[in-house]
Amino acid sequence: MASTQVYTDYHPRWLRRQVSTYWWLEKWAYFAFILREMTCLFVAWFVVYLLLLVGAVAGGAESYQRLLDWSASPWVLTLNAATFLFMIYHAVTFFVAAPQALVVHVGRRPVPARLVLAGHYVAWAAASALVAWIVLRA
Amino acid sequence: MRDRITLQVARYRPEQESEITFDEHEVPCPKDWVVLDGLNHIKDRIDGTLSYRWSCRMGICGSCGMTVNGEPKLTCATFLADYAPGPLRVEPLRNFPVIRDLIVDIGDFMRKLVRVKPWIVRQVEKPLSEGEYLQTPEELDEYKHYSMCINCMLCYSACPIYGLDSKFIGPAAIALAQRYNFDNRDHGAAERMDVLSEHEGIWGCTFVGECTKVCPKHVDPAGAIQRYKLTAAMESMKSFFLPRGA
Amino acid sequence: MHTRHPEPLLWMLFSAGGVVSAMLMPILVLLFGVAIPLGWLAAPSHARMLAVLGNPLTAVLMFGLCALSLFHWAHRFRHTLYDGLQIKHLNELLALLTYGGAAVGSVMAAYLLWRIP
Repeated sequence: MASTQVYTDYHPRWLRRQVSTYWWLEKWAYFAFILREMTCLFVAWFVVYLLLLVGAVAGGAESYQRLLDWSASPWVLTLNAATFLFMIYHAVTFFVAAPQALVVHVGRRPVPARLVLAGHYVAWAAASALVAWIVLRA
Repeated sequence: MRDRITLQVARYRPEQESEITFDEHEVPCPKDWVVLDGLNHIKDRIDGTLSYRWSCRMGICGSCGMTVNGEPKLTCATFLADYAPGPLRVEPLRNFPVIRDLIVDIGDFMRKLVRVKPWIVRQVEKPLSEGEYLQTPEELDEYKHYSMCINCMLCYSACPIYGLDSKFIGPAAIALAQRYNFDNRDHGAAERMDVLSEHEGIWGCTFVGECTKVCPKHVDPAGAIQRYKLTAAMESMKSFFLPRGA
Repeated sequence: MHTRHPEPLLWMLFSAGGVVSAMLMPILVLLFGVAIPLGWLAAPSHARMLAVLGNPLTAVLMFGLCALSLFHWAHRFRHTLYDGLQIKHLNELLALLTYGGAAVGSVMAAYLLWRIP
């Protein structure tokens, strides 16, 4: 069937709807996604905090104590408490995504997703225990 | 339990108007009716000008995808009784240009699909005299779920990245490329990589994960994309450190 | 080379940063951000901190954590601004500010750790 009508990509009659700048507020899933992405801000803040800590330690016992006192001040404490919660959210969402990205084969069989997920949690627990031991032992 | 439901159906008549308007109709709501049955009832008995696509009415052709109460769904697989008494809002699939009423143009996807070469690519074809390609059940399982895609476009509709940037290749195209990449009869992974590892190929994806959630055939396009990111990144590292091949 | 853009490398840095920050930051925030300031646990002595941070292995790990986490932030933040606020036209500026910031931060981390006697 020959057609003399050729619709071009920019045919003016097609309705092209713009995505709103607030698309991420339209669905809970989108909002949770943006929340997950925003954990990176708290990651960056804590790197800054760690570097402040390292700098304070290098500067001597007094500067280290000053930093410890500053970290107990209300707004720093609140920020770090929020950082802790967002770090948990980051870890949980990262680990739940890992099995979808990481399909490993042992021989010819793929490792079940549950095992990949469990492996991440085991590693998390081990790493946390190791860090706590290094920091806290006298 | 109400036995009727109100449908708010989007209308777009380009020869008359430049915006979407909504018609409201009350349709019967027996417990085995799906949204598609409601639309057919409207078209058959109330307003014959309503335009929409459908075919198999059993979730295999991929024609009847629409936005139902804000979610991309196959209208042949969405039961009216779950939403009674309504109102239930039926709109054209998001992120695609609307041609008329509930019909969208998916030409963008069709062009992208061709570019990823969704067929078995072989360096040397096996002659017929040598018989069939043999494949174990494990080898089939590697790609089987990616082969279930019915091109219904619900994933593109759910993907915010595709909505914001139509240059993104998109979930279904990448999942279909992976269906062939993981098929051990295929030798075309390198050819597909050129297309997929473009800046807007897979790298636009930020793993929102909605595509996998809305897929009616459990294809898991999000997983396909993340696996491909790993593959492409490893390949990129290899070609950087070993430019003349390992 | 198949690609002439740095996305694959940046994504690998983002992934690595995501893993190390997910594994190590929760406990570190809990200890140094919440438990020690609130007095639930005694702070390690200055001498102990010097010993831990002065150890070459922990120093390297700390540098790795800081640098990779910064690149994780840079990549994720850039993409979120790109998609969330749709400011694609500022893409080059965004890339410079984020990855550049991460690079500067990494250099700072190396310097600060090196300063520990």
